[in-house]
Amino acid sequence: MDFSYSKTEELFLQMIRSFAENEVKPLAAEVDEQERFPEETVKKMAELGLMGIPVPKQYGGAGGTVQMYIMAVEELSRVCATTGVILSAHTSLCVAPILENGTEEQKMRYLPKLASGEWIGAFGLTEPNAGTDAAMQQTTAVDAGDKWILNGSKIFITNAAYANVFIVMAMTDKSKGTKGISAFIVERGYKGFSIGKKELKMGIRGSATCELIFENCEVPKENLLGELGKGFSIAMKTLDGGRIGIASQALGIAQGAMDETVKYTKERKQFGKSISSFQNTQFQMADLKTKVEAARLLVRSAAWKKDMKLPYSADAAMAKLFAAETAMEVTTKAVQFHGGYGYTREYPVERMMRDAKITEIYEGTSEVQRMVIAGHLFK
Amino acid sequence: MNIIVCIKQVPDTTEIKIDPVKGTLIRDGVPSIMNPDDKGGLELALRMKDQYGAHVTVITMGPAQADVILREAFAMGVDRAILLSDRKFAGADTLATSYALAGAIKTLDYDLIIAGRQAIDGDTAQVGPEMAEHLGLPQVSYVIDAEKTAHGTLIVKKENEDSTQILEVEGKCVLTVLASAFKARYMNVAGIVEAYSKEVEVWGADKIDVDESKLGLKGSPTKVFKSFPKAMKAPGEIHEVSEEEAVEIIVRKLKEKHII
Repeated sequence: MDFSYSKTEELFLQMIRSFAENEVKPLAAEVDEQERFPEETVKKMAELGLMGIPVPKQYGGAGGTVQMYIMAVEELSRVCATTGVILSAHTSLCVAPILENGTEEQKMRYLPKLASGEWIGAFGLTEPNAGTDAAMQQTTAVDAGDKWILNGSKIFITNAAYANVFIVMAMTDKSKGTKGISAFIVERGYKGFSIGKKELKMGIRGSATCELIFENCEVPKENLLGELGKGFSIAMKTLDGGRIGIASQALGIAQGAMDETVKYTKERKQFGKSISSFQNTQFQMADLKTKVEAARLLVRSAAWKKDMKLPYSADAAMAKLFAAETAMEVTTKAVQFHGGYGYTREYPVERMMRDAKITEIYEGTSEVQRMVIAGHLFK
Repeated sequence: MNIIVCIKQVPDTTEIKIDPVKGTLIRDGVPSIMNPDDKGGLELALRMKDQYGAHVTVITMGPAQADVILREAFAMGVDRAILLSDRKFAGADTLATSYALAGAIKTLDYDLIIAGRQAIDGDTAQVGPEMAEHLGLPQVSYVIDAEKTAHGTLIVKKENEDSTQILEVEGKCVLTVLASAFKARYMNVAGIVEAYSKEVEVWGADKIDVDESKLGLKGSPTKVFKSFPKAMKAPGEIHEVSEEEAVEIIVRKLKEKHII
């Protein structure tokens, strides 16, 4: 068993840490405050090949591993959770399903542009009445000979306002239940497809979360992703992968809040000494540190299994469940350690606490993760 | 165009702490990095590669661990990497180091040599200029910009303490570069993935054009009399204010101290 980073991962970590610190961190507060999608950062990420880390070279990617990709999400989220989720949704929810389910033509058409970051990816499953109960899809896709006609809407779609390619689930045969759901690759600009209202959110406020609207949207026949009726299964497998990304985002937020709190409690003096010297601080921080490290091991183990092509569905669910709850706990306590200052926007822990909450909700709530884990346990 | 860039692995001195009792540097657990000025030099070479097309070779002298900065250089975009590593090089001062580097470079085909101004662990700023002397080449130190002209010469900007000089250099030369002038690019992901599958050429003393008696400790006339950390200065005051306010603050301070 080897828990150390490979030499390649060490090099990657050196790069991504320095990138996050110098290019991402300085913008984090502003991106949050202005609810602004950090286009300039995404452009820089694209130039470095970060938008196509696990994509094989023949499709224009960097030929890296899932492990490297999740390290990137962690390090970016450590300083800016918005930037972390932009990369996670793009890679896990759009690039991965095309890579794993696409035809050679689809891969050649979409992956090089997505991997280079020229195009940004998004994923549409959630609907107003189909959240955790994702099988209740009301968006329909009708076979119209040479094309599919999509009608319906999707909500809470990360990256939507800036994405060029969307993986969209729609009902092709309502009588078949989940086996009647199919996946489609929809491009921005297709007739009948538009982006709806942008959500005003509690956290990750720079990520452009919007509604997708399909009004007789025409999708070319060849843009069916995977087999007809396999959409639900593709969506679930995609979310398995996505959960490793969100687990890494949560881990990054937790680590970021730890970093800030260690720094602050060493500097902050009350009763004539640093508050880091109080045993209450030390014991609480020791517990939090232990949880963060445990989350990291779960995340790395799930990513390793995905890289090794081993089953990882339960591992991803456990990683996300634990990392998300750890992020919420660490950030909440981080605010507490900062006292009144922690409640102000002068210190980043206020933002981190707001950002952490979503990791317990999207790509499957913590309750869904428990369902997935229990499902594997009692199968 | 063939460009050779000399780089060095150094302890990250921003992370070094000083033993309060002995006054020596505590190097344990301090990460090693590519020397910042050398990285600036590498950036200049890579910019020239982007702009004019060039083959860039990096060369370093050091122990086997120095391999990692050559991998980093690969991931930034260099074409070839050479590690001079041999017990015979051990204990070298700047003279013996520059002599070994020059001996290696003599065996290579090159049009331009770039080095960092100085290394953050020794701060001598001697290796680049000495190397130019060993090779009998013109040199420009403290370089902040360099461009190729249509007729093949280089227009080089050099920073002096209170001025900037612009020089035109013809033929092969050595430039020593300031990190502050060349914000180094990040390693790119594809480069990182490939970095460890590329070959770092490891050269011993037998592979280079030198008189072995001038290498390593034997070839080093420098004797270190004493090492000690710089006296700590007061941290000073930092005011993040507009230019107008800054002027007012400075003027007020100068008046308070009866300087003006």
